[in-house]
Amino acid sequence: MADLSSDFVGIKSPNPFWLASAPPTDKEYNVRRAFEAGWGGVVWKTLGSEGPPVVNVNGPRYGAIWGADRRLLGLNNIELITDRPLQANLEEMARVKANYPDRAIVASIMVPCEEDAWREILERVAETGVDGIELNFGCPHGMSERGMGSAVGQVPEYIEMVTRWCKTYYDKPVIVKLTPNITDIRKPAKAAKDGGADAVSLINTINSITAVDLDDFCPEPTIDGKGSHGGYCGPAVKPIALSMVSEIARDPETHGLPISGIGGVTTWRDAAEFLALGAGNVQVCTAAMTYGFKVVQEMISGLSQYLDEKGMALDDLVGRAVPNVTDWQYLNLNYVTKARIDQDLCIKCGRCYAACEDTSHQAIAMKPGRVFEVKDDECVACNLCVNVCPVEDCITMERLTPGTLDERTGRVVESDYANWTTHPNNPAAKEAAE
Amino acid sequence: MGNTQFTPGVVAGRLPGDVLDDNFGDLHPPLDPHEAAVAADRCYFCYDAPCVEACPTSIDIPLFIRQIATGTPEAAAETIFDQNILGGMCARVCPTETLCEEVCVREVAEGKPVEIGRLQRYATDTVMAKNSHPYERAAATGKRVAVVGAGPAGLACAHRLAMKGHDVVIYDARPKPGGLNEYGIASYKTVDGFAQKEVDWLMQIGGIELRAGQALGEAVTLEALREDCDAVFLGMGLAGVNALRAEGEETGNVADAVDFIADLRQAGDLSKLAIGRNVVVIGGGMTAIDAAVQSKLLGAEAVTLVYRRGQERMSASEYEQELAASQGVRIVHHAMPVRVIGNGAVREVEFEYTQDGPNGLEPAGETFRLPADQVFRAIGQRLEGAPDGITLEGGKIAVSGAGRTSVAGVWAGGDCAAGGDDLTVTAVAEGRDAAEDIHARLAAE
Ligand SMILES: Cc1cc2nc3c(=O)[nH]c(=O)nc-3n(C[C@H](O)[C@H](O)[C@H](O)COP(=O)(O)OP(=O)(O)OC[C@H]3O[C@@H](n4cnc5c(N)ncnc54)[C@H](O)[C@@H]3O)c2cc1C
Ligand SMILES: Cc1cc2nc3c(=O)[nH]c(=O)nc-3n(C[C@H](O)[C@H](O)[C@H](O)COP(=O)(O)O)c2cc1C
Ligand code: SF4
Ligand code: SF4
Ligand code: SF4
Repeated sequence: MADLSSDFVGIKSPNPFWLASAPPTDKEYNVRRAFEAGWGGVVWKTLGSEGPPVVNVNGPRYGAIWGADRRLLGLNNIELITDRPLQANLEEMARVKANYPDRAIVASIMVPCEEDAWREILERVAETGVDGIELNFGCPHGMSERGMGSAVGQVPEYIEMVTRWCKTYYDKPVIVKLTPNITDIRKPAKAAKDGGADAVSLINTINSITAVDLDDFCPEPTIDGKGSHGGYCGPAVKPIALSMVSEIARDPETHGLPISGIGGVTTWRDAAEFLALGAGNVQVCTAAMTYGFKVVQEMISGLSQYLDEKGMALDDLVGRAVPNVTDWQYLNLNYVTKARIDQDLCIKCGRCYAACEDTSHQAIAMKPGRVFEVKDDECVACNLCVNVCPVEDCITMERLTPGTLDERTGRVVESDYANWTTHPNNPAAKEAAE
Repeated sequence: MGNTQFTPGVVAGRLPGDVLDDNFGDLHPPLDPHEAAVAADRCYFCYDAPCVEACPTSIDIPLFIRQIATGTPEAAAETIFDQNILGGMCARVCPTETLCEEVCVREVAEGKPVEIGRLQRYATDTVMAKNSHPYERAAATGKRVAVVGAGPAGLACAHRLAMKGHDVVIYDARPKPGGLNEYGIASYKTVDGFAQKEVDWLMQIGGIELRAGQALGEAVTLEALREDCDAVFLGMGLAGVNALRAEGEETGNVADAVDFIADLRQAGDLSKLAIGRNVVVIGGGMTAIDAAVQSKLLGAEAVTLVYRRGQERMSASEYEQELAASQGVRIVHHAMPVRVIGNGAVREVEFEYTQDGPNGLEPAGETFRLPADQVFRAIGQRLEGAPDGITLEGGKIAVSGAGRTSVAGVWAGGDCAAGGDDLTVTAVAEGRDAAEDIHARLAAE
């Protein structure tokens, strides 16, 4: 079994699976259960300043969307930071850390954008002996209306400023958690780096309304006839998170900045994808909230099996796919593929046909006996049929080897790499040539 | 007091009431909303779906299942009723394993089809439970159509005609409408008086007058109907029963399976219905299976179904045969009755084994006897009381196109018409299509 032990910016944990700051990490009871189940670390539910704790709504705080068989695909919440007294949280953190010295515990913090507020809480967090802090600049609801959370995360100057305070008053690792509710994720990441952050973690939740009650005409979750946007998470946000992680990983300005990957991690495979795109570890919330803490056991066994099969160490995986993330203009236009239907696997549902005939390129023929065949002279290799086919690997994309004829274009497939920057239809390419 | 499975002769009350209730409860209980959601999720929404083609009434199955999946079972029911106004009964009685579900791509792929029948029941039950009828009549046309037979064919025809604005009078020989839905289908397929509820619901369209207890050829003649009405539809089913042609057939306690089933369906209290200790059913179709299974469920100790040909020739589906076997019915193939033995009442039946020879079935020269207190004949029904002068084909009314008979202005459909399977759903399709054809003809006049 592969060694999964992880060292993330100096914080050690037996595996790279941490629970993200959220209800699963809101108190000692949950965290102990999480550690017993096998989680490598936790980022404790976000702490606020000393004083009367925040209050949460007393009606429903989650909304959701589902796939087939009511599989939870996306979860949205309007919960705030911890609503328990600061002192209680700090005492529990110290106790759990003492009992589980091999596990990572990181304190998540969100206090007003004032230097004193940060200094005060940092001193108290330091006393607990936890391994580091994470700055919550991400919550998109409630706290942002009070000038915290994503209200800070959306202003790079604030991020840099607060990060610098933290690096001044706290001597263990500082992780800055980013909000995805901005247009260019590289800007806040750069600000965190400039402020001296040891790492960034992303993504926090995305502004969202999951559903509208069509009887009461009100967003869900509905609180007494009203609703407000919440933060979206779960499997549905993974593609957005992966893209943002990759942007930070490959940008020259932020390349090398450690990343804790968050957003829709549900299986070992999701985790491996984050790692491959440059995350040093992953954090999980919705999968645990959906299936309980035990899911980590599948993540552990799956990732170690994968690493064993590949003959790779955990560190070999981190960032392995980053060099292959590029811009569209550099994609090889001489890479020509055609869809191929495996007639033995085909169950003759006709979905590929409906999709291609109605909405794409009329490149699938429906023959007597419900036999579906790709017309090479029409197939543009868009992949839609692959995506709508209910049978995995029934339709695949096969590369035309250089030298063969592409029946659609009537041209022989070339072996050279050629992209848009040199394409004759590109006005910019022409200019460059002139 | 009480009788048991071992009481000799033909007696009632072999099983306690609660066991009978259980035995005759729903064969396939209805799906609850959660089960329906899970089942509906499995449909792939196929293009030009094979299940639709396999449905004799061409219900748009992927559409209605998607309507269930999206929380609108009422819309789903309308999709069903648009094609099949007896969609509620068909959901219960269709041999889906040889129709829509047989060709469902998930049956082909996984051996586990989408549960189309049960989903159809879920949708139609939802609407019928609300007792809302989604159709209205078109403006009155002033035309009158006579329908003979209030079975599935006649009812489907009448409803479609009424919807088109024609006035319909249905004549049926029996006291209750529904045809075999009421008198023939196995009890456990249509519990709680569903057949009558469905007829009542269907009649809400208006414009249909039912004249029960009025047989064609007795209370009324075809000539009179043709004179009085603008068109006539014959949906009289198969009222006659084939004979065994075995010695001693008239012996006591030898009866037609359809009569036994009709009695059973009409029995208010099943514990009062007498059944033999040893029952022998002769035949290989759905009727034979139903008679055998229900005999067993009533408490017969031993039920044997004897079919003269091999298993592969049985018209009862594999599913039905398995159902019978699972209820403890013994099935004997390749044997035909030669003699019914008994003094007054039947005591034994003598059979001779058969084999397939060059000229068809031939005796194999070996005989055996089965003890029997009761014998049910289920070797096929035949058309009885066809109006004079109408052309027949293979013993049934010859039709062309959408049920046009040899007599001008007279259509026919369902079991009494030639061609097609003898199934409820086929009868519905034929009744509906004949109505459309009648409507087109009347509109052109
Ligand atoms: C025991 C049994 C079980 C069956 N089980 C199934 C099953 O599970 N699934 C399935 O799909 N099919 C089943 N069938 C077949 C199905 O019931 C028939 O195919 C279907 O009922 C045919 O409909 P129909 O309207 O043509 O005839 P019927 O249902 O027979 O209706 C004919 C009507 O015409 C009336 N009638 C007859 N003669 C006259 C006359 N001279 N004047 C006026 N009225 C007349 C009758 O009283 C009756 O009401 C079964 C049949 C039997 C016998
Ligand atoms: C393959 C594909 C191509 C698209 N191209 C365009 C486009 O050229 N211009 C545009 O405004 N939106 C484009 N869209 C976005 C759609 O118009 C739509 O906004 C988006 O798919 C979200 O809608 P939906 O998920 O509900 O279908 C495209 C979507 C897809 C799937
Ligand atoms: S999960 Fe259900 S039971 Fe538990 S607190 Fe939430 S609403 Fe209440
Ligand atoms: S979508 Fe897949 S399974 Fe369905 S017909 Fe096309 S290739 Fe066959
Ligand atoms: S064949 Fe099966 S999966 Fe396809 S539409 Fe019909 S019920 Fe759905």
